[in-house]
Amino acid sequence: MKFLTTNFVKCAVKSCDASDLSFPLKYEECELQLQEHDFNPEFLISMLPRLNWDAVVQVAADLGNTSLPSTKPEGIENNEQLLKDLHSLLLETQIINGKMTCRHCGHIYYIKDSIANFLLPPHLANS
Amino acid sequence: MKDYLVYLSQAHVGFRRAELESLAEMHGFIADLSGLSEKSPFFVVQLENDEQAAQLIRRSVLSRAIYELWGQGATLDELHADVRHRSAALVSKYRLSSFKFDIVSYQGSRKSREQQLALINSFAYLALEGKIKMKNPDQIFTVLEAYSIVNQEPAPQPDYMYFGREVAVSERSRGVLERHEIAKRPYYGTTTFDAELALVSCNLAQARPGQLIYDPFVGTGSFALAAAHHGALAYGTDIDFRALKGKGPGRRLATNFEKYGTSHLFGDVLCMDFTHNAFRKNLVFDAIVCDPPYGVREGLKVCGTNREERFEGKEKIVIDGQYAYLRRDFIQPKKNYSLDLLLDDLLQFAAERLPVNGRLCFWMPVANDQDIPTLVPQHEKLQLVYNLVQEFNKWSRRLLVYAKRDANYKGTTITSQERGLQNDFRNRYFHKFK
Ligand SMILES: C[S@@+](CC[C@H](N)C(=O)[O-])C[C@H]1O[C@@H](n2cnc3c(N)ncnc32)[C@H](O)[C@@H]1O
Ligand SMILES: [Zn+2]
Repeated sequence: MKFLTTNFVKCAVKSCDASDLSFPLKYEECELQLQEHDFNPEFLISMLPRLNWDAVVQVAADLGNTSLPSTKPEGIENNEQLLKDLHSLLLETQIINGKMTCRHCGHIYYIKDSIANFLLPPHLANS
Repeated sequence: MKDYLVYLSQAHVGFRRAELESLAEMHGFIADLSGLSEKSPFFVVQLENDEQAAQLIRRSVLSRAIYELWGQGATLDELHADVRHRSAALVSKYRLSSFKFDIVSYQGSRKSREQQLALINSFAYLALEGKIKMKNPDQIFTVLEAYSIVNQEPAPQPDYMYFGREVAVSERSRGVLERHEIAKRPYYGTTTFDAELALVSCNLAQARPGQLIYDPFVGTGSFALAAAHHGALAYGTDIDFRALKGKGPGRRLATNFEKYGTSHLFGDVLCMDFTHNAFRKNLVFDAIVCDPPYGVREGLKVCGTNREERFEGKEKIVIDGQYAYLRRDFIQPKKNYSLDLLLDDLLQFAAERLPVNGRLCFWMPVANDQDIPTLVPQHEKLQLVYNLVQEFNKWSRRLLVYAKRDANYKGTTITSQERGLQNDFRNRYFHKFK
């Protein structure tokens, strides 16, 4: 799973929908891998409006990266160094194995073989 | 406005108008396609300029090419008369360009070298002075002829002829179908969707660079590959972990993206039950394209069990100090679900997540004797813009295309309850439509 995807997914349990705590998930015991892609600033810039910056910062911190500014900087479009950092964080960083926990209900999801599994056990799916 | 000639493929003729309309709309203009008929591979359309012509055709899968029209006629004499008349105003711009001539004979028999030269030389009055270049000429002048088939043979003379300057060729003419051939992919399976129609679906979805496209039932990823081909970032989910994992290293979905040079547009595939969706509510998907599970080659399942009491022991048992259902190796059980309810969920999801004018495109198989209008789901926030049919022997497959409209729009709603009559395609399929 790409780091970028951590910015898109929350807890799948329906009763967690209303809680701000269900996004982003908490990332632990993650095995990371860098998968190189050509630097494409245009593509990255087109993705910026979709990002929840606070969640980027929070998940980066979960994974041990505390170098990001805590508020979304102005004019990222023209900040080549930051764009390069974001490129390598969002698009090149893959979580190969790991654990994602909902801060609201405590349910744990796993990433195996780079694929995140959001399937729910019966008592959480049926409710 | 100028006259342009479009040369179409005769494949999936019922989808061609929708594809071109969608591409024009995507580029912000409206083209009058009233000249297009299912019987003919040619039609004339009026457009602003070459740029619009290229925008209309370059990405098309069901077209072949577009030409600035320099003349047309039912006979060669008529054609020349028209070319002499029209080219007076057109030719000066290209007089010194390097060029070559091309001949397209729709359903015609092969011309000998002498016949080709004779035809080309009959345009000598254009008095082109540029160099003749067979490779990468500045301009390609093309004679296009349409022949009828009489007694299984091409008629001796064409029914109609055109002459034009090539402006753009389509994805199809650039070989996308050969490159996307399913059997040549490192990873495919029994559910893999037809490559050509997957690319067409993504044209109807108006997938383009900068966009996020979602296939909720991604399987082996035909639509995701097609969306990335058109430059969009592709995301997919599937309830079947094995489908997402592929068939081992070098034979998974990511490998297909590598083969097509679109790795950077492969967002992710996630194992997810669509009905228990984990994408955050305010994430906007620009379009949703899919082939939902109809239960023929794959199951329609959702998370859960019908025997909750019996299962409770299995999930709540504590192993090594942790509940079983929280462990890495826990396998979430699945139960059956109704297709009609799933389609309601799909429309509701699209209504919530698409931006204004964003599209939902999905395929729905139906038996031929079923009453179609009662089967097509509708949501008041989504306008059904196309309902296109691909015919098979006893059944057909429909591509339904919806566009999300703004807050003032209120269309009809047809939920599974209103549809009443069930789409029991799976049963009918296995009972051979008796
Ligand atoms: C018709 S196949 C789609 C095939 C895909 N278009 C391809 O090219 O391979 C339907 C898929 O839906 C999946 N599916 C079934 N129920 C699902 C659910 N509740 N949520 C997500 N996916 C589901 C199946 O595992 C199957 O892969
Ligand atoms: Zn939760």
